[in-house]
Amino acid sequence: MSAEPVNFSDIQGIVRFGYNALTEASFLLLKISDPAGARAWLMEAPVSTAEELSRPPVTALQVAFTCEGLHALGVAEELLTGFSAEFQSGMTGQESRSRRLGDIDANSPELWRWGRVGNVPHVLLMIYAQPGRLEGWTRTIQDAAWRAAFEVLDCLSTSNLGGKEPFGFKDGISQPTPDWGRQREVSGDELAYGNRLSLGEFLLGYPNEYGKYTDRPLVSPDAPLSSILPMAEDQPNKRDFGRNGTFLVFRQLQQDVRGFWRFIDKQTHSDPKARQNLAESMVGRRMDGTPLVPVGSPSIEGIDKKSVAQNQFTYDADSNGFLCPFGAHIRRANPRNADLPASDGLFARLGHTLGFGNADYRDDVIASTRFHRMIRRGREYGPKLTPEQAAGGDPDTAEHGIHFLCLAANILRQFEFVQNSWMMNTKFDALTEQSDPLLGNRAKIAGCPFSNTFSLSQQEGVRARVMDMPQFVTVRGGAYFFLPSISALRYLAGVNRQP
Amino acid sequence: MILAVIIPSREAELRQLLASMNRAPGLLDPLNAVIPFGQLKCLHFARIVILDDQTLDDITAYGLPRVDYPTYLAILGDCDGVIEDLLEDLVKHAGDGLRRIFAHCEGYAAGTDLLAWMKAHHVATTANYVNWIGRTVQQGNEEEMLRQTLEQFIQRDAESLRAMPQRQMREALKEFVANEVRSGRVTLTPAAPTPLEWRLRNFLHLLGMPILLLLLSPLLLTVLPFFLIQLRRCEKSDPEIAPRVNPEHANLLSSLEDHGVTNQFSAMGSLKPGLFRRLTMIVILNAIDYTARHVFNRGRLARVTSIQFARWVFLDGKKRVIFASNYDGSLESYMDDFINKVGFGLNIVFSNGVGYPRTNWLLLDGAKDEQKFKDYLRRHQMPTQAWYNAHPGLTALDKWRNAQIREGLEQQFMTDAEIQQWLRLF
Repeated sequence: MSAEPVNFSDIQGIVRFGYNALTEASFLLLKISDPAGARAWLMEAPVSTAEELSRPPVTALQVAFTCEGLHALGVAEELLTGFSAEFQSGMTGQESRSRRLGDIDANSPELWRWGRVGNVPHVLLMIYAQPGRLEGWTRTIQDAAWRAAFEVLDCLSTSNLGGKEPFGFKDGISQPTPDWGRQREVSGDELAYGNRLSLGEFLLGYPNEYGKYTDRPLVSPDAPLSSILPMAEDQPNKRDFGRNGTFLVFRQLQQDVRGFWRFIDKQTHSDPKARQNLAESMVGRRMDGTPLVPVGSPSIEGIDKKSVAQNQFTYDADSNGFLCPFGAHIRRANPRNADLPASDGLFARLGHTLGFGNADYRDDVIASTRFHRMIRRGREYGPKLTPEQAAGGDPDTAEHGIHFLCLAANILRQFEFVQNSWMMNTKFDALTEQSDPLLGNRAKIAGCPFSNTFSLSQQEGVRARVMDMPQFVTVRGGAYFFLPSISALRYLAGVNRQP
Repeated sequence: MILAVIIPSREAELRQLLASMNRAPGLLDPLNAVIPFGQLKCLHFARIVILDDQTLDDITAYGLPRVDYPTYLAILGDCDGVIEDLLEDLVKHAGDGLRRIFAHCEGYAAGTDLLAWMKAHHVATTANYVNWIGRTVQQGNEEEMLRQTLEQFIQRDAESLRAMPQRQMREALKEFVANEVRSGRVTLTPAAPTPLEWRLRNFLHLLGMPILLLLLSPLLLTVLPFFLIQLRRCEKSDPEIAPRVNPEHANLLSSLEDHGVTNQFSAMGSLKPGLFRRLTMIVILNAIDYTARHVFNRGRLARVTSIQFARWVFLDGKKRVIFASNYDGSLESYMDDFINKVGFGLNIVFSNGVGYPRTNWLLLDGAKDEQKFKDYLRRHQMPTQAWYNAHPGLTALDKWRNAQIREGLEQQFMTDAEIQQWLRLF
């Protein structure tokens, strides 16, 4: 079967590009004050696409909507119910969701700067520019008609820390490679970890890693304006509102840079080398991004030559966690396993399929990674603070953090799963009493004495363990957005509230 | 499982009574005044569910009329030892509460002999899975206490321990535990011997099934082609009923979930009509029961390590089935295990239920239709009115690791490699 080629001019650019050369960025959280005005603006909005240009862009604009936003725009209820339950309910719409995401205690939405129920933005504008051009570009976007249509709830600024996140680690290194060429065919278990994943994991309207089309709103071809939308590949009698669009998860994560380095400094008796080592163990990479486990063979599908030195590795050769602790941030976020444990030959494979052939209780307990990947597009905010400054006595009152943005076609299976089962879960990978060393909320778990430890396996003897880790990252805001295709944007520009 | 028909006019009142056992929705008070489950020392998990089947209309997809079954009350428990002892314990600790509950059910009047009544309303489990056969509640408690005490000791004496060779380190840990045992802070009750009768019965059971299969094999081989033809016919024509889940239903269910590290799952549905599916289901559930008892009885149900207990029970003349499980992690990770690790196992059972996503040769596809499968199970799931867990905070893997810590401690001799492996359990 030859699949229809991808139409990059219908996809918002952020799905394909990180706009890393556009080092200035701000995220505007908007309320729609005049739906008709907002629709008129959308019709002409200079939204950047995923097409490769002959010259790199100097500015970019992306736009996304919460479910409330689509509602405010006048989108019919019938279309909205075609969205996934988690998008409709929103990041903060349900207590049980907050529990699963770890948004309790100091992370609880009532304390958020934005995004709690009653304070959910309608629209997210992501504005990017080359150094010195952001202000002008923002002014160009915010013309008189724009100002009449939207009310700015918040303007989240970003800072360029040179590719590092506020704790000082190189960030955004590992990204899945979407199968833009639509060559990937999945049948049965994948026996090796791969980095190239079906397009449908990152864009609606294409087959995902199960070979299925993720649920999304479809429109009858008889409905007004529906001819703007592409046909649904899997349902030829429907137009696809979702195709070439995806979901964008936004979380504003405040990082206690000072608290992080001071705590680690104390643990290591202010020995700078030991301090850095412990921090690196928590992350799973050196500060420059080099992974703690060796890179090299075997080659991994979907890892390009450029990133071999930082990404061509799995944890297969570190099954005891001596090199990279089991609970390290990047080992939780992306365990890099395959569908089945490594098996030599058909019998071993059959055995593993039935659960035999495991040497240890902790073998084969992590879910297969390929169903739980996301494209990350986060940006940092706040001034730079080096580990030395942070661990030392310099006064620091500024807020530091990361605007975590990720793209996924299935919020529940991708973002929520990773956040819940891998980051917050104190029982990840047969561990106990510890959640993610960076993101963990250290919330009390019924029946467990601790949730605030971090274990470091040792080659000889018993583990070392860090106790009483404070919370280093606090959620300050967040929402689930839909990042429409260009044609869906034009469709939205034309909709009117149904009578 | 105790099963009783709820008097329709008293259902609302019963729901209130059951809700009063919880501190908040999904959070049972283990010493609540109705049934203080926490006092029953042999009980791992228990639940009370009103079997409110929302999918009774599905059978009409086959042109059959909807059957309005009575609404049942089901009480399920996973216990050490035999059911008779549990029932006696229940009468002793929760007699009044049970009488109050059963007063909302048909056939129970004041003055009825509670124990006899419960025995009469007991429904046998069709297929049962236990994560680790023979691991008792008491063992779970004692071994967790042992681990916590050892972890504290290791933390406190980290430096001196680290200076020791591994063998000496193990001796130091052993000596520490011996002291703790002497002072009564740690208790390690030796495992009670498995009753000879049970072992004998289990052995006969182990042999029985293969012998039966062997005896029946000529017949089975004759039937097989017809079975396959019929299976393929059904698989091509059986309707799929897996619409998006009603948000209110989903919200109610999730409000009960993720209060701790372990969750409950209660679901029910109707079998596809006809003898073919019913016989298939009988054979398969028996096969599951057999393999769970004799093969998958040590921490893994095929590849899945997160299920602590699970069971299937036939209802209403084998026209309907209940599935009830206690699993570690969130529903989404449970579903992930189902789909990606044991999809074939789910298919082989649940595809005999009305509306299940289309399978291929009984084992393939089905659950791999991810979203339909998740919708299907969520739609068949029912809110559990009261749920008890004797070990909140402990997953099946925790219990497994803790048991290994103790085993290593009690082992007479260990090789250097074994010591190294054992020390990694901390």
